[in-house]
Amino acid sequence: MQKSSKNKLKLRITSHTSNLMLVRDFIADAAKNFGFNEDDVNKIIMAVDEACTNIIKHAYECKPGLPIDITVDADDKKFSVIIKDKGKHFSPEQIKIPDMKEYLNQYKVGGLGIYLMKNLMDEIKYNIQPGVQNEVRLVKYLPQNH
Amino acid sequence: MTDFKIVQCEKNGINIIELKGFLDAHTAPELEDAFQKLIKNKKYKIIVNFRDLSYISSAGLGVFMAFIEEVRKNEGDIKLTNMTPKVFNVFDLLGFPILYEIYGNEEDAIAKFLKDGENKDSMTQEIE
Repeated sequence: MQKSSKNKLKLRITSHTSNLMLVRDFIADAAKNFGFNEDDVNKIIMAVDEACTNIIKHAYECKPGLPIDITVDADDKKFSVIIKDKGKHFSPEQIKIPDMKEYLNQYKVGGLGIYLMKNLMDEIKYNIQPGVQNEVRLVKYLPQNH
Repeated sequence: MTDFKIVQCEKNGINIIELKGFLDAHTAPELEDAFQKLIKNKKYKIIVNFRDLSYISSAGLGVFMAFIEEVRKNEGDIKLTNMTPKVFNVFDLLGFPILYEIYGNEEDAIAKFLKDGENKDSMTQEIE
C-alpha cells in the first residue's frame, strides 16, 4: 500500500462474535501496511474490536447474520476506520465514559469498550441516522516524525 | 475460528487457570464458565496464568470484574501472572493493577496465597 496515495479497503462481516477474529486480522494488515508500529497496530485492532463488539451486542442485540461494514480509509498520515451498521440507534451524547477509579472501587462490569476506544484512538466521530444506519469513525494519525 | 483454550490444574489447594490464544467477546463465555464452576465448588483461591494469551478485549476483562467481589468475600482472590507486555498494557490502561495482584510467575502468586493463609491461621490462634 502506498502511504502517500488514498487507499480504501473494505470488509463486510455478519453480526456474530466468531467474526471478530476476521476483523482483527483485516485491521492488523491494513494498519501494519500503513506504517504504524506494533504498539499502535495493537491499539487500533482493539478499538475496532470494541466498536464491532458493541454493534453485535447493543445495536443488533446479539442477533446473528446482520451486516457490519468496515472501511479503512488510509490517506497521507491519517488512518480512518469507518464502521457502519443498520441496528438500533443510540445517542452518542448519552454515552457515559466511566470514571475508572469509581468503576474499579465499585466492582462494575461492562461499558469499558467506549473508554478503551476513546483512549486508544486520536478521534472518534459518530454519525447516527435513526432507522437508516449508524456510523462510527475511528481515526489515528501516524506519528509526526514518521 | 477463534483460537482460545483454557487449561486448569490445582496446586497446594490453589486453582490455576492457564489461558491460551485470544480472549474476546466470542471466547469470554468459556472463561466465565470456568470461574462459575470453581465458585460453585467453593474454590476461591485462583491464579490466572496469562503466559500464552495473545489478546484480550474488554469482554475478557469483564470476566475478571464479574467474579472478583464474590471471590474476595469468601476470603479468596484472583491473582494474575505471566502477562506479556501487550496484555499488561491493556490492564494498565484501565487501572486494573490497583485492583488485582499481578505477579511475574505462578510461584510468587502461590507463595502469596500460602503466606496469606499462614497469617490468617496465626490471627485465628491469637483470637482463640
